[in-house]
Amino acid sequence: MAETRLMTINMGPQHPATHGVLRLVLELDGEVIVKAVPHIGHLHRGVEKLAESKTYHQVIPLTDRLDYTNAMGNNLGYVLAVEKLLGIEVPKRAQYLRVMMAELQRIAAHLIWLGTHALDIGAMTLLFYNFREREEVLRIFEEVAGGRLTPTYMRIGGVSKDLPDGITDKIWSFVRAFPDHIKEYETLLTKNVIWLKRTQGIGIISKEDAINWGMTGPSLRGSGVKYDVRKAFPYSSYDEFDFDIPIGSVGDVYDRYIVRLREMEWSNAIVEQALERLPQGPILSDNPWVALPPKDHVLKDIDALIRQFKIASEGFQPPKGEVYVSVEASKGELGYYLVSDGSNRPMRMRIRPPSFLNLSALPKMIEGSLIADVISAIGSIDIVLGEIDR
Amino acid sequence: MAEINLAVKKLEEKFPNSVLEVKTFRGETTLNVSKEKVVEICKFLYSDPDLQFQMLTDLCAVDFFPERPRFEVVYLLYSMKNNERLRLKTRVEENESILSVESIWKAANWLEREVYDLFGIHFVNHPDLRRILLWDGFHGHPLRKDYPVEGPDFDKPFVPEV
Repeated sequence: MAETRLMTINMGPQHPATHGVLRLVLELDGEVIVKAVPHIGHLHRGVEKLAESKTYHQVIPLTDRLDYTNAMGNNLGYVLAVEKLLGIEVPKRAQYLRVMMAELQRIAAHLIWLGTHALDIGAMTLLFYNFREREEVLRIFEEVAGGRLTPTYMRIGGVSKDLPDGITDKIWSFVRAFPDHIKEYETLLTKNVIWLKRTQGIGIISKEDAINWGMTGPSLRGSGVKYDVRKAFPYSSYDEFDFDIPIGSVGDVYDRYIVRLREMEWSNAIVEQALERLPQGPILSDNPWVALPPKDHVLKDIDALIRQFKIASEGFQPPKGEVYVSVEASKGELGYYLVSDGSNRPMRMRIRPPSFLNLSALPKMIEGSLIADVISAIGSIDIVLGEIDR
Repeated sequence: MAEINLAVKKLEEKFPNSVLEVKTFRGETTLNVSKEKVVEICKFLYSDPDLQFQMLTDLCAVDFFPERPRFEVVYLLYSMKNNERLRLKTRVEENESILSVESIWKAANWLEREVYDLFGIHFVNHPDLRRILLWDGFHGHPLRKDYPVEGPDFDKPFVPEV
């Protein structure tokens, strides 16, 4: 009798299908995975530690770089947390602009997910379509905020700039065309036999397990749990928008795919509603301790100049206390837990990264399945290592 | 708010000496509980049919150096049934350990590993307590307040051990 033993193989960190620098150590019995151990931390930059030495305003650019496909959503979560800590109100127009940008960003993030996920499984064409639409979103960001990947658009108390002239037409034309683009993607995948074989019944995780492992976002909703922070704890006027939460039933790769496609449609609808009902008014809170004064005041008025200087150099001092605010980022529940000791820097900023917990459930999904299915499973939970490693 | 009060009330009935403090700030309820009872309290919150805190949203630590006891371990629970959050906190001294809640929520597996990695707090009964973000053989715990933000050897050339 020949001796049989398990084979250990290393996948990543330089592997095109691990979406960054994820390393998996797989123990195989033939082609079947017996054990999978993820190793993370290759992209660890110590954002939580860095934030402790920066003023509250200076932390905003750090958040862009967490989940770099979802910068607007990351900004939003952080500024909401600081605003809750301070107890300040944000003008309605700024809230709507935030929602609009966060939803456009969700579309862009889901597009990058769809393209790379399909590419991993072998459907190469889709990537080019997805990047075509994503480019339009990034152009909109460039005009609105000045940055494409890391716009740093949100400010504590509002947003940095109002919409430039003519941008609403561009957003409208994107929003009107996008539902047809989703149909295009669907003709390539949804009923494609190869796609179905590679995704249906793969990487199943049950409702109970998904909750117990702390999964959130589309990965949780694919298993049939109707939990979305936008509905459960509405922030930034999300309760004024009309949208639904798509859920799956089986909890396999295919369900998570369908959930994200439907989510893009709803995001598109939310952007449309925000454009239709965009209120007039200021885009930044008028709280003199927190928000920078308008630039033309700074140039003419010595008080405003002093205020600008004080806020930019010293920041502000929120009351002692702690808050937890979470937003529905493209990957799931992105939470910020801020502890303030009354000084102008956060005493502790904890980021609750959705991908971190989604990834921790990956071994549960893939153990006992074939090695080729690992690729679909990793793609389906939509991880970004910048956020996992922070 | 009613459900949170229910959770607080139930806990105070069930564990009269273990709930040390109840605080509400900006609408968020925080309970300070004693370290020895954390797992029992979590089990109760998880399984009580009226509460059902089935999701461990987050688990992290805060360093209050030079206060004593030094660390605070924070549990953020979420109940899907009542759509409510509850925060539990407990104080841990520098060389003390704390019981793991991994047996209740699998989510705690990686979260506790991260707290161990970055703060050096030991979790007893954890199945696989290794460093997670930093590499094996790394010295120190960077999120501690006495760890310099530039790193302890920022002025020396970096030569990894082979």
